[in-house]
Amino acid sequence: MKKITGANLLRILLERQGIRTLPGIPGGAILPFYDALHGSAIRHVLARHEQGAGFIAQGMARVTGRAAACLATSGPGATNLLTAIADARLDSIPLVAITGQVPQALIGTDAFQEVDTYGLTLPITKHNFLVRSAAELLEVVPLAFELAESGRPGPVAIDVPKDVQNETIDIASLPEPGRRRPLPACPDEPISALAHLIAHAQRPVLYLGGGIIAADASSLARELAHRAAMPTVCTLMALGTIPPEDPLYMGMLGMHGTQGTNFLLEEADLVLAIGARFDDRATGKVAEFCPRATIAHIDIDPAEIGKLKTPFLGLVGDAADILGRLLKILPPQKRPAWLARATELRASYPLDHPPRSEDPLHPVNLCRFLGEQLPDDAIITTDVGQHQMWVAQAYPFRQPRTLLTSGGLGTMGFGLPAAIGAALAAPDRRVACVSGDGSILMNIQELATLAEENLPVAVLIFNNAHLGLVRQQQELFYRERYEASRFSSNPDFAAIARGFGVRGVHIDPNDDPLAEIANALAGEGPCVIDIPIHTTANVYPMVPPGAANRQMISKKSKPTHA
Amino acid sequence: MPKTTSPSAILELVVRNHPGTMSHITGMFARRAFNLEAIFVVPLPGGETSRILLHMAEEPKLVQVEKQLAKLHDVISVRHRTDLAPEIFSRLMDQIPGVSPAPTS
Repeated sequence: MKKITGANLLRILLERQGIRTLPGIPGGAILPFYDALHGSAIRHVLARHEQGAGFIAQGMARVTGRAAACLATSGPGATNLLTAIADARLDSIPLVAITGQVPQALIGTDAFQEVDTYGLTLPITKHNFLVRSAAELLEVVPLAFELAESGRPGPVAIDVPKDVQNETIDIASLPEPGRRRPLPACPDEPISALAHLIAHAQRPVLYLGGGIIAADASSLARELAHRAAMPTVCTLMALGTIPPEDPLYMGMLGMHGTQGTNFLLEEADLVLAIGARFDDRATGKVAEFCPRATIAHIDIDPAEIGKLKTPFLGLVGDAADILGRLLKILPPQKRPAWLARATELRASYPLDHPPRSEDPLHPVNLCRFLGEQLPDDAIITTDVGQHQMWVAQAYPFRQPRTLLTSGGLGTMGFGLPAAIGAALAAPDRRVACVSGDGSILMNIQELATLAEENLPVAVLIFNNAHLGLVRQQQELFYRERYEASRFSSNPDFAAIARGFGVRGVHIDPNDDPLAEIANALAGEGPCVIDIPIHTTANVYPMVPPGAANRQMISKKSKPTHA
Repeated sequence: MPKTTSPSAILELVVRNHPGTMSHITGMFARRAFNLEAIFVVPLPGGETSRILLHMAEEPKLVQVEKQLAKLHDVISVRHRTDLAPEIFSRLMDQIPGVSPAPTS
């Protein structure tokens, strides 16, 4: 038997889970735990806003695939974490959020910095806990990590009242760390049925979602595409699964996908979705998605099968396991006519953009230039908006887990802290955050964290002095009535960076801008590169919200409001 | 007694009995815009688990509701009780002294 406080027990349990880096911000109700961190193997990273701490942890989890933890105090500390937790839920990211709570005797009394963290995190977590005794930690902490990583990954919240942290208990032994629990295997029969469907299809398409990356099944997906001669489309969350040079790769589908990609899905007679959830940004009007196709759907979450589109065949299980078994029984296919059609569609609808020599700072040219400057294993984080879609369309992602982006919740402010987390988790790799002048301001305080940690993160701001995607929607769908989308005052981001102790560079468009960017990227340590782009450039093509994917607007076909 | 005309279903759950379980279940219905018509909960012997009967109005969403319920960590089992009619909830209510009978329409 050994005497131990709840705070020390929590620290030991986290150490045993392999947690070595823990972003957070202290405050009254979590101070006993911070005291227990003193001299621990865990290195605390002091964020400047709890949402930043949550996204730093997400960056770590998205790069490694393992659950990361973050820390906040009660009340505003907990509410500030909520966006990062909800974001992890929608993108299925394993995250364990630990919050302090007022002492149990004060719960329900409207005490200082008291908020119902359990109630607030309930609808945005896989599961959540309010710990009522130090002994409960022995069960709760390993279970939280097990739940976060098992099946479809997701966030788990643990709320720990201050008296629980201070309580001293006797413990005889420590529990085993919580680990990913294996799932029941998918039976053989639907896998045989799937092999039969693929072998008898004439125009099959592989539709990959973020689940293919969560399952670490990218190479199996590529093998399937080639074995079965299936052109392959990716959602935003699956980019990096298949390199753009692969002849079977058709790019991103959906609202800002290329036209050829969306037309291919119109013609398909079989669509095999793997780890994709038929999100409205990918499918457009879901009733008219893939109108000629039989749908087969592989997902680890049984509730995703048939949630939005009833498949002919649904397979529940681990994508890597199912694909491995499918490849053993699927004979190689040849579909010269269909592959030629896919190649024709891909060639017929390239991204519409001016040549680099004419317009080097056009965002599509910029993204391709960045792809040339950075190694294939560089990690790119984005914020949310036009720059995010340009990166998705034009940056050549060649490896899984190299694009970290807020796909489901679409959180502006994700990029900078996620890049810090990525750099902490992968210290030997290049990390770049592509942001916009709107998004970067939503977590710009994390430049202080970046300076303190001195991580090799380059922040590239595509600066159009607008909330660009809002402006674009107002131009296209709200009769060019621009409301609250233009910034009449825009800060000097290079000066702001220097104020935080980070190298700051403003790119002059008239002065060999690409060479300046390359020069800035070549420097040591963190930097912010402010790049002026066209103030009114739009992301094309675009499917109007609520429309079918075939109804794409291009630069040439955009509606006019003369 | 006339059968209800709207298609509906009764689900029987066995759940872990601790504070928060009911919030998880009712919260899931609210969040995903599923209609919950009636709910009846009794702890099972031992107090570790409870049995819940749920009446939901829209049968087309039944499969999705069952799957979403099964995903909740505190839900141990979900069973569709095709043998039960929704009238059992009003009959249960009628047996409680001092509760006025449910209006029949």
